Amino acid sequence: MATTAQSPLVTADGIPLKVSLARAQRRGKLKAIGLVVPLFLFILVAFFVPILDMLFRSVENQLVGQVMHRTAPMLHQWDDQSGELPDEAVFAALAEDFREAKEAKSSGKVGRRLNYEKPGFSGLFRKTARKINTVEPPYQQAFIDMDKKWGDIENWRVFKRESSAFTVSYYLAAMDMGYGETGDIVRNDDKRRIYLKLFWRTIWMSLLITAICLVLAYPISYLLSVLPVRKSNLLIILVLLPFWTSLLVRTTAWIALLQQEGVINDFLVWLGFVATDDRLAMIHNRTGTIVAMVHILLPFMVLPLFSVMKTIPPSYMRAAKSLGATPFTAFVRVYMPNTVSGIGAGAILVFILAIGYYITPALVGGQSGTLISNFIAFHMSSSLNWGLAAALGSILLVIVLVLYFLYDKLVGINNMKLG
Amino acid sequence: MSLPAYTTPLERTWHYTYLVICGLIFFFLIAPIVIIIPLSFNAVPFFTFTEKMLTFDPSGYSLKWYEDFFTNLNWQGAVENSFIIAIFSTLISTTLGTVAALGLSREDMPYKSVVMGILISPMIVPLIISAAGMYFFYTKIGLSSTHIGVILAHAALGTPFVVITVTATLVGFDHSLIRAAATLGSSPTNTFFKIIVPLILPGVISGALFAFITSFDEVVVVLFVGSYEQRTIPWQMFSGIREQISPTILAVATLLVIMSIMLLSSIELLRRRGERLRGITPH
Repeated sequence: MATTAQSPLVTADGIPLKVSLARAQRRGKLKAIGLVVPLFLFILVAFFVPILDMLFRSVENQLVGQVMHRTAPMLHQWDDQSGELPDEAVFAALAEDFREAKEAKSSGKVGRRLNYEKPGFSGLFRKTARKINTVEPPYQQAFIDMDKKWGDIENWRVFKRESSAFTVSYYLAAMDMGYGETGDIVRNDDKRRIYLKLFWRTIWMSLLITAICLVLAYPISYLLSVLPVRKSNLLIILVLLPFWTSLLVRTTAWIALLQQEGVINDFLVWLGFVATDDRLAMIHNRTGTIVAMVHILLPFMVLPLFSVMKTIPPSYMRAAKSLGATPFTAFVRVYMPNTVSGIGAGAILVFILAIGYYITPALVGGQSGTLISNFIAFHMSSSLNWGLAAALGSILLVIVLVLYFLYDKLVGINNMKLG
Repeated sequence: MSLPAYTTPLERTWHYTYLVICGLIFFFLIAPIVIIIPLSFNAVPFFTFTEKMLTFDPSGYSLKWYEDFFTNLNWQGAVENSFIIAIFSTLISTTLGTVAALGLSREDMPYKSVVMGILISPMIVPLIISAAGMYFFYTKIGLSSTHIGVILAHAALGTPFVVITVTATLVGFDHSLIRAAATLGSSPTNTFFKIIVPLILPGVISGALFAFITSFDEVVVVLFVGSYEQRTIPWQMFSGIREQISPTILAVATLLVIMSIMLLSSIELLRRRGERLRGITPH
């Protein structure tokens, strides 16, 4: 008896059960991983690497060091606080680099890159590249004679700083800061502060849109949750149809409604509330952005609220009333606390979507209604300052990820429901 | 929501006020979508109702914007591109997403929530950031301004929807069915096609519809990763609104509304079928 209890259990083919089980579990695990791997790799390559590339681009700064590959290492030896210009050897290297860059037609790019840091570099580099073949030693004097900007220590400080492989200057620019004359970090003067203001505007407009969505979504979600299923199924179509309708269709509809010669203004003129020559400006400004975005994001607030409200038994309210609460007290003290999880889920979802919105503000936002994403797009396609676009995008990404983390803690991503 | 007999006049008034408020909110939701339908039949190139339209004069209405849509090469190319890109990206995201969801819903999947978080991140990251990253990276590897680039980008954006809907369907899935099939001598492949696929099909189809509409509606990534050659319907609408605003856009919008009504009905039918099927499983 004692021997059978101690000898390990074996399967039919003589392998101990423990080993066999571990093997089967490992096989199951590998199978599960094997099923997930293809998508994981795909998302990694098609989505994650591009995002990482953007993050890298926001600090990457190899252009100047690569094109000016003789000057850059020598500049690292130069003490920019000494108050003296770099010596003749550096100028000689600069002349050499310029001759090479002119051949490769890359000096203009470096000029443009340095121009982001200090206006004037673009012109200086163009001029220098044009005249480089006439430059003779001694180089220091020749360069300064050609353009006295080469004799300005401040310019050399910028040159030295931006010839290192990594930079924080895009992040500084994205936060309305920059380097002062002596190379220390200072805030830009009032006129040049745009991005912080823009971030705040994006945040408070998103908050406002979220708040309006909540105020509008709460009553109809409640109605949907207390109506009999047959009726609520019909009414919820009114929420789902906008949800499924193309974003551009809805934006177009709001343009048709809100513009100066549009449906609402025509109606108000016809009613006599507004004079023909004094039509309301409701579009290409903040109002237009807010109205259109509330309409577009409202379903994202209704759906989570509705799914939470559906689970609250109506007997709670009846119990509160039978204990002497007025309908208002019963609603505020009993019903609303039960819906907090729905409010949180909907609000974070709407806020995350609003903060990164691009299309609607671009079409109906005008000047005062543009958000941070419009500036990211501007720097990507118009000003071509990709580093700044990447830095602005990275800051936005961090904000969204923090909110996403909150959402996960509050609702759990696995509980996310669609449609 | 009928009122009991003992309600006070104040409660009665509040009840009807509340219903009116709800009516107004529903009106706000649906009116902008409904109003573009009559506007798309406008005879003159305005975005508003003309007097002739309001008096129901037939000469105030016309089909010329629809004619423009069906004959204009810009729009026809956009329709073609939209369908090509949406169909191929849906195929990729549905296949990869369904297979991954099968793995994710297994008990023995390690690091489930981390992997899930990574897989659905394309849905969370704002489109402008995805577009920026893809623009930089796809330009580097030569995929920008190609159909393949846009298809891959859209497939990445569509997979989270497939993963979520299919895993949701699998929550109600009875795993003993697979073991039952195995004891009856069915091969894993046979079990997959004969047992698993029919049961999760509603989830797969609604995930595929989500992926399709994501691609079909998507404009930010197309604007950056694509070019005129890859123009889709939303691309064409976006540039149309920015440049010369013509009621053809309203005609397109009307057609898209009809399409979304059809999509919505099919999703609803699938959802109800899924609920019915799940109702009979022991969960």
